[in-house]
Amino acid sequence: MAQVALEGIHKVYPNGFEAVQTCSFVIQDGEFVVLVGPSGCGKSTLLRMIAGLEDITEGTLRIGDRVVNDVDPADRNIAMVFQNYALYPHMTVAKNMGYGLKNRGISKTEIDAKVQEAAKMLNLTDYLDRRPSQLSGGQRQRVAMGRAIVRQPDLFLFDEPLSNLDAKLRNQMRIEVRALQRRLGTTAVYVTHDQVEAMTMADRIIVLNGGRIEQIGTPKEIYSTPASTFVASFMGAPPMNVLNATVSSDKHVTLDEGLELPVAAPAASSGPILVGIRPEDLTLGEGTTPFDVQIVEELGAQRLLHGTLGGQAFSVSVNKDHEAGTGTIPVSITPGAVHFFSREDGFRI
Amino acid sequence: MADLTQTQIAQPTPSRLRFKWNTIFDHLILIAGSLLMLMPLVYAFITASYDPVTIHREGLALTFGDELGSNFEKALFEKGGFTKTVDGMVMLKNSFILGIGFAVGKIIISMMAAYAIVYFRLRFATFAFWIIFTTLLLPLEVRILPSYEAIQRLGMANTYSGLIVPLIASATGTFFFRQFFRAVPEELVEAARIDGAGPVKFFIDILVPLSRTMIAAIFIIMFVFGWNQYLWPTLITTDESLFTLVRGIKQIVLTYSDAAIPEHGQALALAIVAMLPPVLIVIFFQSWFVKGLTESDK
Ligand SMILES: Nc1ncnc2c1ncn2[C@@H]1O[C@H](COP(=O)(O)OP(=O)(O)O)[C@@H](O)[C@H]1O
Ligand SMILES: [Mg+2]
Repeated sequence: MAQVALEGIHKVYPNGFEAVQTCSFVIQDGEFVVLVGPSGCGKSTLLRMIAGLEDITEGTLRIGDRVVNDVDPADRNIAMVFQNYALYPHMTVAKNMGYGLKNRGISKTEIDAKVQEAAKMLNLTDYLDRRPSQLSGGQRQRVAMGRAIVRQPDLFLFDEPLSNLDAKLRNQMRIEVRALQRRLGTTAVYVTHDQVEAMTMADRIIVLNGGRIEQIGTPKEIYSTPASTFVASFMGAPPMNVLNATVSSDKHVTLDEGLELPVAAPAASSGPILVGIRPEDLTLGEGTTPFDVQIVEELGAQRLLHGTLGGQAFSVSVNKDHEAGTGTIPVSITPGAVHFFSREDGFRI
Repeated sequence: MADLTQTQIAQPTPSRLRFKWNTIFDHLILIAGSLLMLMPLVYAFITASYDPVTIHREGLALTFGDELGSNFEKALFEKGGFTKTVDGMVMLKNSFILGIGFAVGKIIISMMAAYAIVYFRLRFATFAFWIIFTTLLLPLEVRILPSYEAIQRLGMANTYSGLIVPLIASATGTFFFRQFFRAVPEELVEAARIDGAGPVKFFIDILVPLSRTMIAAIFIIMFVFGWNQYLWPTLITTDESLFTLVRGIKQIVLTYSDAAIPEHGQALALAIVAMLPPVLIVIFFQSWFVKGLTESDK
């Protein structure tokens, strides 16, 4: 069990590509932190630096009380779970799980006991003598988890561990992974590009964009007060509506096409601005703002209405018992649910 | 499925007829080919059942004589050669030593070379690989004099190591293993690193077992290749007790005085013995061979 501290960590690949811009944060002991962001934003790079698989260009990395910049991955007392499982194909499940212990010179009986215990925890007891090729995707991922937990590491590292599973299994494994981590109380860093995984699993989320940290916060904070338009549209499905608008000197908010929105402008702002409204923060059939519905998407529990508001693309999400068709319909905006961002850099105002 | 059946019902006779003719034609070609390949063997085997005088007088035969057993026995167990110390069994043993030593040596050397090239950040890894690869242009026949000179000076002439070592550098093997190693997922290496496996452990615990079908395939090719070596063994072994079958056959026929008739029967028997092990190995390990070249169990 350990706290992980990154101080001024920075990564430039040998080809000169800056994959992670200077960043600092602390992961508390026992915390489950999710690194989320679109593909190529540097999540894996950051995780692999923590694992020791990638050199740290600059900065200090501490796991527990130890600076581990130059410590070999095997000696950092970490365990990693990979997207493609990375199981040893020629070893049985039991051997796969015990290999790391064997390399540490632990006795055979002790390894057996630990493997049995982990297998029981993961429902793998019946499969211990099988090869990975004789297991389903979900079982393989469990073996990879087993390999991580038998070592009783200070830190779990996950790199998109559920991305190769089908949707249903992914939901189930998500809960299992989270429950297991709670039970063991081991600090975990989890990389994913899936915002649902991030929202549901994390104690805290770190949103990355183009090698830069956009925001760090609990799922609730990230969702209710996104720090930028990037976070606002990346976290949440369907994404937040972001409209181009202007704040006049008398604090009226007018869309670029001339429609005035019945919202209170933020105190210290004027001129061009971005207005963000989540699709669920609107009520159909009330208010005065006209919404032109063009497409209705049935999602079962909800309906998604896509169309335009004052000439700009806009979506509204309504409950399933709310009838909806195409055409123009008035909408009202839930008070206090409007976000304002700077039009220059996209940051929250 | 339904479509197929219907087509067959629609025009049964012509399609079935054409099918038959095709098959017969294919088989005729295959049979002709096999006969062409097999006839020399059949001739050799049958002719090996005569005494040298008959063979000398009547040439190759197509009906069995009555010396088959004794010719094989003499070829294998009678001390022959110039020094009368070497029999067929000794040569068989030498051939196995050469074939196995050659194949195992090549596999070890080329695996280690490929391992170094693929997994270590060597300064000139790619360059080194291409240098190794260009040695394909310099087979033993081209560099035979310097090789002989070197082995001679090292005092390795007439030793098993002198017979085997100069032959085991292998560009082909290195190439195959390099391609194979490059296809092993990066994450496997990383998982092993985190599991505390250093370079040697990773090689022995993970890479070698993963490559086993590949190793088997290369072993088969190289064993046959080594078994059939002729030029180098002829040059480097002058001591008859080190003769391999492939080069020893000729020796048997030659060592009699001018007046005597060469032991053709025994020579043919020995030729058949020399052919058997490679054939058997290929037949028995066929499935491994195909697996090694096609399967990717990674
Ligand atoms: N070894 C490397 N050399 C140069 N650039 C790399 C290397 N590995 C990754 N990158 C680049 O760094 C960026 C971040 O990669 P990565 O951390 O793998 O992203 P992801 O968030 O999808 O996991 C990508 O643009 C990728 O192209
Ligand atoms: Mg990644």
